[in-house]
Amino acid sequence: MAEITKEELRQPENLIYKKTDLLTDKALSYCPGCGHGTAHRIVMEVLDEMGIQDQTIGIAPVGCSVLAYEFMNIDMQQAAHGRAPAVATAVKRLYPEKFVFTYQGDGDLAAIGTAETIHACNRGENIVIIFINNGIYGMTGGQMAPTTLPGMKSSTSPYGRDVATMGNPLKITELIAQLPGTIYVTRQAVHTPANVRKTKKAVRKAFENQKLNKGLSFVEIVSNCNSGWKMTPRQSNEWMVDNMFPFYPLGDIKVND
Amino acid sequence: MKGNEAFAEAAIRAGADGYFGYPITPQSEVMEYLMAEKPHERTGMIVLQAESEIAAINMVYGGAACGKRVLTSSSSPGVSLKQEGISYIAGAELPCVILNVARGGPGLGTIQPAQSDYFQSTKGGGHGDYKMLVLAPSSVQEMADFAGLGFELAFKYRNPVLILSDGAIGQMMEKVELDEQRPRFTDEEIKNNTPWATTGKTKDRERNIITSLDLDSYKQELHNLDLQAKYREMEKNETRYEAISCDDAEYLIVAYGTSARLSQKAVDLLRAEGIKVGLLRPITLFPFPTAVIAKLADQVKGILTVEMSAGQMIEDVRLAVGCRVKVEHFGRMGGIIPSPTEIVDAMHKKIIGG
Amino acid sequence: MAKVKGDIVIDIEKCKGCEVCIPACPNDVIALSKNVNGKGYNYAETINDECIGCANCAIVCPDGVITVYRKRME
Repeated sequence: MAEITKEELRQPENLIYKKTDLLTDKALSYCPGCGHGTAHRIVMEVLDEMGIQDQTIGIAPVGCSVLAYEFMNIDMQQAAHGRAPAVATAVKRLYPEKFVFTYQGDGDLAAIGTAETIHACNRGENIVIIFINNGIYGMTGGQMAPTTLPGMKSSTSPYGRDVATMGNPLKITELIAQLPGTIYVTRQAVHTPANVRKTKKAVRKAFENQKLNKGLSFVEIVSNCNSGWKMTPRQSNEWMVDNMFPFYPLGDIKVND
Repeated sequence: MKGNEAFAEAAIRAGADGYFGYPITPQSEVMEYLMAEKPHERTGMIVLQAESEIAAINMVYGGAACGKRVLTSSSSPGVSLKQEGISYIAGAELPCVILNVARGGPGLGTIQPAQSDYFQSTKGGGHGDYKMLVLAPSSVQEMADFAGLGFELAFKYRNPVLILSDGAIGQMMEKVELDEQRPRFTDEEIKNNTPWATTGKTKDRERNIITSLDLDSYKQELHNLDLQAKYREMEKNETRYEAISCDDAEYLIVAYGTSARLSQKAVDLLRAEGIKVGLLRPITLFPFPTAVIAKLADQVKGILTVEMSAGQMIEDVRLAVGCRVKVEHFGRMGGIIPSPTEIVDAMHKKIIGG
Repeated sequence: MAKVKGDIVIDIEKCKGCEVCIPACPNDVIALSKNVNGKGYNYAETINDECIGCANCAIVCPDGVITVYRKRME
């Protein structure tokens, strides 16, 4: 077998993977190991592969991903906390031929923005909602979120979430799947190569649905928050598999083709 | 036409692209008229009944960020709900028109007309240092005229324009002359006139970002300074008022909107008594006609402000006047409209004889 | 026998040393360096020549710092 030097290997014709140009060169502001970065990249890769950068308007939330517009090289609007689905509704109604998506965390989508989420889904707005669920308020320092698991510790549930006094975690994705306006509702993850590939397929399907004017596609990504969970990134991914996935099982919840 | 309907029709004719609202008395006729009129068939304008006033104002944010002519309408409690969104719109410097057909408060208050939202309208309302350009119609004709003027000013300054009306003018029927249909913006016009709008990043430009956030304090201060400079520019160029019988006036009434209509009658009654009274009607509440009031303060012996509130605009009148002449307030609250004879009595008791 | 030869290039200044790439690699090519980058993170580095260019590391990297090359060797 012929030997090959690194220089010979690192040639454009041998390139098989590099970060998409639809991500800016700015270093991501997320903590080491945070799934947000992977989720950003998946969405941008899909837009890149579909060739729709010039037709896409993204809506950033309030939360860790408030600065998504710093990293996504597309036209973006930053919405008030929880209001991204309302903002996206207007953008899509006024530009029905363009692609519109929101990118929201669990506090934004499932607490303060519950009404906007439910009603945009129920109206069947022809948009894509990307929902990052890590069961905690990351940006404000690890407080309890609507999706925090029973018994799970956070800075505002320091002895663990007591369901009797703090209420139940909200499975908003299952709720949304009940609404006639949604066409595709799925729950994925991004902690392993296989999961990344599945998530990318789901995101692609969501945008293809929008292209075909099918209705609202909702992609939940169960993710980690090692800072908020007070773990190393690898530990947090393991904890997510052991604790989050049983409560928030992965897979398609609704597929209307 | 009713004031609310005239506003709705004028909005269609002004080339509006989208209306987003939520029902509340006494302004529900705006959306009712729009829905019945099917503007989508006339001009392509969309009308959407949102799940809340909060959603409606954020829809306005999204539409305005796309360079479209968008508007919403509500009444006092609903406008309170919109304040967060308005602050974001002002912070992100987006053009839009917001109509407040005001009613009495606080709280759920009453569905009857009031002018107790003056502070909310002119002093901020939401969080942060911002100003809306505030137009105060006193007739159905102005309800119609200000829809078009509102869009013009909103786009000129990239700023929200509030039309502060009240339940009396919204519900009142008068003859009105409407402008001809103006075309909606074309995609080309949006690209040229609002190059900052989010319409999809094309290869020939950097991406457009609409946000009010800047975590760098120095940049955020610069942004605030820019906003303040813009508001000073509005003060310089856009102050509007109507001076009625002010030339020889020895006493002055300052009133806007419905109060101005009643005060005009009071001026006639007082002049019939031989008392030379003038009426200064601010048409813009921000920018406030401070300079003309300051000038009139050198001419008159006393000033009465008439408001359907506990006295809010009076603070701006007093700031304009300083301590040169007496400035007193007369008003009714809770949805009661003062009568011209009550205003005449107040003028006698508080200013002339006081 | 045909063999696939791969290589990765890690942008060490953008690497945050989260180690998510390490269990994703089927050939244990990646480990954390003892050295730190400009931000103070121990960064990921290759420790052997077993890379097959599967790109698993690159697609799980949250910061998108890994570029992958692959060539079929005859």
